[in-house]
Amino acid sequence: MNISQNEELVRVEKVEKVFRRGSEEIHVLKNLDLSIPSGDFLALMGPSGSGKSTLLNLIGGLDRPTSGSITVQGERIEVLSESRLAAWRARHVGFVFQFYNLLPVLTAERNVELPLLLTHLSRAERRRHVATALEIVGLSHRARHYPRTLSGGEQQRVGIARAIVTDPTLLLCDEPTGDLDRKSGDEILELLQVLSRDHAKTVVMVTHDPHASARAKRVLYLDKSQLSAAPVA
Amino acid sequence: MSLLYLALKNLGRRKLRTTFTFLSIVVAFMLFGYLCAIRHSLSGGITLQGASRLIARHKVSIIQLLPESYKQKIARIPGVQAVTHQTWFGGIYREPKNFFAQMPVVPDEFLPMFPEYLLPEEQKKAWGSTRTGAVIGRKLSERFGWKVGDKIPLLAPIWPKRTGGNTWEFDVVGIFDGKDKNTDTAQLFFRYDYFDEARVDEAKGLIGWYMVRVNNPDEAPALAARIDAEFENSAAETKTETEKAFLQGFAKQIGDIALLTAIIMSAVFFTILLVTGNTMSQSVRERTGEFGVLKAIGFSPAHVLRVVLIESCLLAFLGAAVGIAMAALLITSHGDPTGGMLPLFAFLPRDAGWGAVIGIGLGLVTGMFPAWSAMRLRVSDAVRRI
Repeated sequence: MNISQNEELVRVEKVEKVFRRGSEEIHVLKNLDLSIPSGDFLALMGPSGSGKSTLLNLIGGLDRPTSGSITVQGERIEVLSESRLAAWRARHVGFVFQFYNLLPVLTAERNVELPLLLTHLSRAERRRHVATALEIVGLSHRARHYPRTLSGGEQQRVGIARAIVTDPTLLLCDEPTGDLDRKSGDEILELLQVLSRDHAKTVVMVTHDPHASARAKRVLYLDKSQLSAAPVA
Repeated sequence: MSLLYLALKNLGRRKLRTTFTFLSIVVAFMLFGYLCAIRHSLSGGITLQGASRLIARHKVSIIQLLPESYKQKIARIPGVQAVTHQTWFGGIYREPKNFFAQMPVVPDEFLPMFPEYLLPEEQKKAWGSTRTGAVIGRKLSERFGWKVGDKIPLLAPIWPKRTGGNTWEFDVVGIFDGKDKNTDTAQLFFRYDYFDEARVDEAKGLIGWYMVRVNNPDEAPALAARIDAEFENSAAETKTETEKAFLQGFAKQIGDIALLTAIIMSAVFFTILLVTGNTMSQSVRERTGEFGVLKAIGFSPAHVLRVVLIESCLLAFLGAAVGIAMAALLITSHGDPTGGMLPLFAFLPRDAGWGAVIGIGLGLVTGMFPAWSAMRLRVSDAVRRI
């Protein structure tokens, strides 16, 4: 199935992903095509083990397909070397993880600053970018707090601030509300909507939660390596 | 924020573990400092002057004596500039633990032979005019609080006096300083004429060894062979060698110091390598997920390698710096722990430099394996391990 719109940002073509467990081969993705237009807010749903997170990792350059190609903003990323892929991720992708994945030894603002260490920005410029990112997620007043003193929702906001501080084109979220209560989850989803709508971010979100996917512009279901607009019966 | 800041923060993550590892590195480098000082005290003291000096001793052993008459024969050998002799006195001041070296010498020959001993002119004159006069080094004077005019009684078990008894008395007529730090100023020298006259008749005319100044240091080995050839097949054959070889041989009487210190240091650093390596491996393993996140947000394998190596080098270097500083402080303030057996016991700046290099090396070696593992992590696997 080929789903495409105008102003294509991400193109996944004939992608296969095979994992090896001992002598056993597990075909997670087979001959998969996907197109994501710029500014999209796409929710990827599907049963456990269907390959949603794997697809997200492939789009974000965290993993490489066994075959097929992935093009983001006109650049084939599966052919890039490890270090060039890392540099590409730093420039183009922001990741939001289910369990926030903040460094516990750093304050919120230092966690947000981490991706900026890879840039040539001065200390003052880095501070300005961090302040802006924390302001967007509404956590300026918690900048000097360590993760352990923040609630789950607040930690996820810091995670989002870290993801957007370099102003990436693509925001990839793996179950961003999976570890949060409904209220905090709603706040995070609201924030992702704002980022997509007001800051022109292209958001791809993996979720199990229909309540979360309802906030997306578009929902795709992945099952048995097939993408569809409605769950397979 | 910088990678250094990140490394410091990570080191503070498990404070107890980091503290124990840090302390073990500190102790290892303190030991390193002490071993360097011991090695220096036993094999150091070779000054530039020493390069042009030979020592001729009895071929069998240093404790066998040589005839005083050899002096004239040695002086006649071409290439010899000057010759004098010394003898081990082995006197005890009050009790054996107050050990220090004492030797009867001929002042007029001794002082030109050892220009590294600096004795004021009037004290030289006083030594020449006082038969029982002795000159002592600055360190020795400070150790026992001796000053010019004091009388020093020494019990010499191997040198009975002609008049009976083994107690010798000396008048301190001078205190000499060393030209540099390597000069041993923990010794006492007294006049040979007084010694020879006062000792029992059977020992008269015998000396311990000859010091020979050569015209050309490059010819020292050839000259040593000529001296030995001169006394070949005599009742007292000689073994002549450079001052450095002699002092090393002297030190080897209590074992091969260089080998012993090398073995101890290797064992210590191997243990520290395991301790620090274990700490770094545990620390990196615990943070697998975090390294995954760093890689996800754009840290390249080289960046990850750097993060871990900065951490391990910081830990090792700081431990080394504190250990070396403490060793230097203790050695400088307390001096020779044996109370005189190691007169040149000192911590040299050169050893601090070596310590710093070893510290950095330790950091690199202990950090390399965990850094390599972190560098090779698959991001997608690592992130799942949170």
